[in-house]
Formats: sequence, C-alpha cells, structure tokens
Amino acid sequence: MSGFLWGVVLGLAGCVVIAIGTLLGVWWERKVSARIQMRLGPQTLGPFGLLQTAADMLKLLLKEDVTPRQADARLFRVAPFVVFAPVAVGLMVVPFAAGWAPLDTSVGMLFFLAVPGLSAIGMVVAGWSSRNTYATLGGLRGAAQMVSYELPRTLSVLAVVLLAGSMRPLDVIAEWRWWWIPLNAIGLLVYFISSIAEVNRGPFDLPEAESELVAGYFADYTGIRWAIFMLSEYGAALAAGLFGAAVFFGGPGILPGPLGIALFVAIAIGFVTLMMWVKWTFPRMRPDQLMNTAWKVLTPMALVQIVIVGAVIPWL
Amino acid sequence: MKIQQLREHLCETYPELCPLFSIEFGDGVLLVECDQLYKAASDLKALGFDRLGMLTAVDRGETFEMVYRLTSRSMSAAIFLKCHVPREAPRTQSLVALWPAALWQERETYDMFGIEFEGHPDLRRILLPEDWVGFPLRKDYSDDRIVRRPDYI
Amino acid sequence: MAVLEIEERCEITNEAGHVIEELVVNVGPSHPSTHGVCRVIVHLDGEVITKAEPVIGYLHRGIEKMTENRTYLQVVPLTDRLDYVGSMYANWAYCRAVERLAGVRIPERAEYLRVIVCEMQRIASHMMALGSAAADTGAATMFIYAFDERERIVELFEELCGARLTYNYVRPGGVSFDTPEGWTDTLLEFTRKHRPVLDQMDKLFFGNVITRGRMKGIGVLSAEDAVGWGASGPVARGSGVNWDLRKHDPYSVYPLFDFDVPTGSNGDAYDRARVRLFECYESCRIIEQAVAQMTPGRVKAEGFPRLLAPRPGDAYDHIESARGSLGVYIVSDGSPRPYRVKFRSPAFCNLALLPLLSEGHLLSDLVVVLGSLDPVFGEVDR
Repeated sequence: MSGFLWGVVLGLAGCVVIAIGTLLGVWWERKVSARIQMRLGPQTLGPFGLLQTAADMLKLLLKEDVTPRQADARLFRVAPFVVFAPVAVGLMVVPFAAGWAPLDTSVGMLFFLAVPGLSAIGMVVAGWSSRNTYATLGGLRGAAQMVSYELPRTLSVLAVVLLAGSMRPLDVIAEWRWWWIPLNAIGLLVYFISSIAEVNRGPFDLPEAESELVAGYFADYTGIRWAIFMLSEYGAALAAGLFGAAVFFGGPGILPGPLGIALFVAIAIGFVTLMMWVKWTFPRMRPDQLMNTAWKVLTPMALVQIVIVGAVIPWL
Repeated sequence: MKIQQLREHLCETYPELCPLFSIEFGDGVLLVECDQLYKAASDLKALGFDRLGMLTAVDRGETFEMVYRLTSRSMSAAIFLKCHVPREAPRTQSLVALWPAALWQERETYDMFGIEFEGHPDLRRILLPEDWVGFPLRKDYSDDRIVRRPDYI
Repeated sequence: MAVLEIEERCEITNEAGHVIEELVVNVGPSHPSTHGVCRVIVHLDGEVITKAEPVIGYLHRGIEKMTENRTYLQVVPLTDRLDYVGSMYANWAYCRAVERLAGVRIPERAEYLRVIVCEMQRIASHMMALGSAAADTGAATMFIYAFDERERIVELFEELCGARLTYNYVRPGGVSFDTPEGWTDTLLEFTRKHRPVLDQMDKLFFGNVITRGRMKGIGVLSAEDAVGWGASGPVARGSGVNWDLRKHDPYSVYPLFDFDVPTGSNGDAYDRARVRLFECYESCRIIEQAVAQMTPGRVKAEGFPRLLAPRPGDAYDHIESARGSLGVYIVSDGSPRPYRVKFRSPAFCNLALLPLLSEGHLLSDLVVVLGSLDPVFGEVDR
C-alpha cells in the first residue's frame, strides 16, 4: 500500500487506540482515585462501571458546541486538534511487538520526544484564541512548562540511547539487558516525573487547574472539543507509559511471544497507575516551584545519569 | 482582674476618667463625651487594653450610642467604652490609628447607621452595594421591601 | 470557574521610581474553592500582588435587623445561619448573652451538653477548613478524608437534633433535647477512631514537601499585628498569641477540663492550618472528659419562660468558636423582642487581614492565604 495511504491508516488507528485507551483510562482513574479516597467509583453502568466513560462521551457529543463571540473562531475550533494530533502521531513510533513498530524510523526516540511537544503550540493557540487574558497566560504557562520539562525527559532517555548505540526503538529493545534497569534508575525517576509534567497531570497541572483561581487555557471549550483535550492528555499519558516501558524495561522483547507483549502493556498500565496515584496524593505546585524543579533538580539528575552511563560504557 | 481592681487601677493612672466609670450588671463601662473619645481610647490603650474586640452603635432615638469593647490580655480584663453621638450630626473620631481592627468595623457601622468617622482612611460601604440609599439599622429606616411580621407572638 | 474581567491597566510609579503597568484582576465572587462568595480585587505587578482588596456583602441578609422583629427564642434559628459551618457555637454565644441579660442559671447537664456539641462542632468546622484548604492546593484526597470525618459528626448531630447543618439546638435556658440512648457511646467511638485519622492526615498533607512549599512562609502574620487587628482563634494562635477564651477567660464548665491550647510560632499559613489540626486532638480530649463527668438531669432551666422579657440594659458574652472569639451584644428595652443584637463575627475581623497578608505574594498564594484565614461568609456578611 502506498506510503500516503498507509499513513492515513496509521493515523486513524492511532486515534482509535487513543480513544479506547482514554475510555479505559478515565474509568481506571476514577476507580483508582475512588479507592484512594475510600469510596467506590463508577458502579452502575456496565459491569464494574465500565460503560460510564462511554455514557460521558455520549453526553459530551450531545452538548451544544459553543464558540464565544469574542473568540477567534477558526483558531478556536482548530486548537484542540493541534493539541491532539502530535500525540497521536508520537504514539506511532512506540514498538508494539518485538520486531514491529507502526512507524519504524531510525530516529524514533527523538521523534517520540520531539513531536508531542508540538502540543505546546496548540495550548498557546487555544488560550490565545479564547480572547481571555488569563486563558492566554494559562496557555503560555502550560507551553513554558512543557518546554522546560522536555529537557530532563530527553536527557534521561539519552542515557538509554547511549547504551543501545542507536536511536531506533526496535534496536533499543533488541539491545536491552536486564541490568539496564538498576543502571538507569535515576533516569527512570527523572523520566517518570518529567512525563507527569509533560502530560499536565498531577502535581504539575497548573495550566488546567489554574482554574482554582483563573480560567485555564481550555476553559471556554465545551462538549466534544473539551473531550479532545482530555483525549490528548490521556493519550499522552498512555504514550509516556508505553514508551517508558519500552525504553527502560525492554518493551515487548522482555519475554518471547505474546507473553512479552502482555507484560509490556502491564508495565505501561502500572506506569500510568503510578501517575494517577501521585496525582491524587500530592497538592499542586506553584509555577515558580515547578520551573525550579525542572531546571535545578531534574536536569542535573538527568545529567548525572548520563555521566554514570558514560562511565560504564567502555566496559560493555 | 476583677472589676473593682480595674476601677482602682484606672483611677490611679487616669483620675480624670474615674467619675466616668461605672459598673453595670457586672461589666465596667466608661461613658465619655464624643470629643473626648480618642483621648480616652488612647489612655485606655496605654493602660494595657491592647485589643479592640467589638465596635458598634445602637440607635437610641435622639442619639446614637457608640459602644466599644476593649480587652487586655495582660490584665485579663475587659471594659466598655461608650459615647453618645447626636443624631443630627452623626460624626465621631476614628480609632483606626490606635487599633487597625477598627478599620472594617467602622466601615460597617457607617454602612448600617450612617455615622461618619473622622480620620478613617477609607470610609465607604462594606456590606451593602455602593449605591444603596439609607442606613438600614436606624430605627426610622423604611423600605417597601421589608415585610413586617405579624404582631402575635 | 472564577468570573474574570480585566478592569484596568493602570500605570503607576513603584517605589524604585519606575513607571510600571499594573494589572487589575477581579477574582470571584463565585469561587471554585468552597469558601463562599468573596470577591477580591487584585492589583498585580507582573505576578506579584501589590494590593488585594476583598469586597464582601454578597451574603448580607440583614440578620441584625431581622432580630429586632423577633422574640428571643425566634432569633435562635437566625444565629444558625450566621456561621453555617458552626451553628452550635453561634447558638451558644447568643444564648449565653440572653441568659446573662435574663440573669438565669442553666442546669449542669445542659452546660455539659453544650460543651460536647460545641467541641464536636469545632472538629467538624476544622475538618471543613482543612479539607477546603487542601482542595485549594490540589490535594483532593485530603479533602475527602476530612469530609468523611465531618460526615461522622454530622450523622451524630442528626441523631441528636434532627438536622445536619442548622441545628437550632442550644436554646436560651438550656438545650432542646437530651441525648438519645447510645449516643454517647457512638460519640466516644468516634473520638477513639478520630485520632488515628488525624495522624494520617498529618502525614498525608502536612508532611508533604509540596504542601510545605505552598504553605510555609505564606501570609505571615506577626503577633503584634494579630492583636492590633483584632484577630482571634487559630489565626492569632498561629502567630504565637497564646489566647484562648476557653483557658484565659473561661466560661461554662471549661475550668473543669484538662486540655492544652496549640499555638504556632511562625504565623504563616502552614502554622495556622496545623493549629487547627491539633485543636481537633484537644477537642477529642474535652469531649471524652465531658462525657465522663456528665450526670443525668434536666436539660432545660426550670420555669424558663418561652416569651422572655428580660431587664432593660445590655449584655455581651462571647465564646471561643472554631474561627475565633464569637461575641454577641444584646440591648434590651424590656420588651419580648430585642432592641439591638450585634454579632461580633471573628471571620469578619480576620478577613480584614487579607490585604496585609497577601501583599508581596504571587497570585497562586492568594487562595492559600484565604484558606488559612478560614472565612465563612454567612458570618462575615451576616
């Protein structure tokens, strides 16, 4: 099949994967947060409340699509997709089986780290087009946060790239050894924390929970357009989990065959669950504390990780 | 500190305030003239009353009775400071310079009674909207929106 | 979401002599946080607050005017709605003033019951304050834990007097109902289980490094300012002002109990919240002692008239509520209706500190400061 057609198929597949992932992810978050808070979570719709998110999506689809009068209509309508699309594309380089990734490029690792960062543009566009000063500032702050946390994330993954000797995700999986896990422990921690910040979750959700005080960058969005922001958030979290499981834990190649893929998905889900656990335990950080953490704590830690790996490599 | 001790302490330190001090139902009350209010208040503050607990007014018909309740942690005592402000010219001195606690409470008294406090940095309505006409807690305040309850108990 | 408009951008000259553009932002009155209707007009220099002015009065119902048209007993439900998070002690302050005016002594069992319900109310109110302070900073789990504890207390109140929020329980002359059978056992079980939950909350929320970063050093109030501005309750005690009416101006049967008064040292939001947490431990102690000391008896003063017409004159009485010293000043002219009732509301006096405490902080800290002052707007606005 021609490259363009294959690209379209992949794109659609990515959207479907993210949609299903979000459906299950929202349900899982509601269950996890409920158990942490000594309550039960969704119960009534479907077995274990599984159909709850589907019902919510149906409700959102039926809502009126409101564009504020003073907003820049075209940009306002386009912004959610600008936030969503890079996430869906970035998911495509994650290897889903020992020898296969939907999009197999020799710069896959860089691709995954760089392309979802384009969501930051979408955030700024969403905030700016709302013609609401604090939405704009919220969007700018969110973009600043995303850009700052890209540095420690990239550096922590760089350590693994050095060990593998290649930026191609399939090569990294093939080269993976079990003792990479303790060696990359610091890098894993840095990756985990930076991913939470990249996804705008947990203690780092200032841009959207800025609504404790002012409107966040997607405040003026209703119905399904708002749902697309949620899709991109959960999609990014899922992608971060899958990528982390692939890069730091050897992905689908840990064990041969379908067992390996199952373990890979389980580790990714564990990753995402840990992100949820962190979100529901910690309060939110202030913007200046957030930036401090990125530049003064995580980046030095990631650099230390690179130094450690660099010291070990001559012995490999 | 008991009321009698407080009276003795007050009379020793400020003999001119002594005749104005009375004991009503177990509380010490200092009733002063309006123009002496600030002086009496600063004397009491120097005596040890470091906290302004309550500031309010009561509409007594011809006058507004200003009621201030001062407390002292060191002496473990409380005293009422009262003065009568004439209704035609409801003006008195502001005590914000002595106790910043008076800032909002004087605004509230102005809002409800219309008593103006000279020396208050920011005297405007606090609870009611800025454009409200009238002073609700006055006894002669009438408004069509007030529903009078029936007189049977 | 907060309702926002940019009111003006004005150019002002700051202290260094530079002309800067100041942003004026309106926050509220509808808040996502649970404090109530408060509008704050914030002047910002970049991110830093230069002036934060609260605008109140959105919940003003004219309660003081309403009391002039009701009998002394009919005023009690009005006091419920003042500080609706702490109806029991609002009732009690008013009833104490009425009893002082009337010169009535109430039975001992009624005093003990008043103390017990007031301390339970204190725990419930502090759980609300801590929960909403936590929710403001984003710790939703702490919010749920605190409200779970509050739910236990509210269920006990429902068994006692039938209402969950506005109790109308403490009446002039005593209390309205005696405790149902088994109520004190459930209550003691609650206090037994409450202490470990408080420990858990301490570790979960106050031990958290992010909470410390958000709350330590924010909204620092010095002890002199606390006294001069008339602050009371945990706001003053967080600054080290060791003044609790239950200990230093004791009323009712408090002299018979053995308890401590927690104070903070730094006067920041963290200390104030921590004082509230530790007061819950002390309240548990008082409740247990009160239940042990209470003897069966009447709960209403004998021969107390329903239509009370006390002596002409005035009376003031106060209690230590969860927010501070709640005082009621009643002026009577001898008729069955009060001539004037003034509620000295601690939240009103504490809220006046907001401009002082938030100056120089970032906009995100405004919510933290407001949460640490713990205003309830029923009481602020009356």
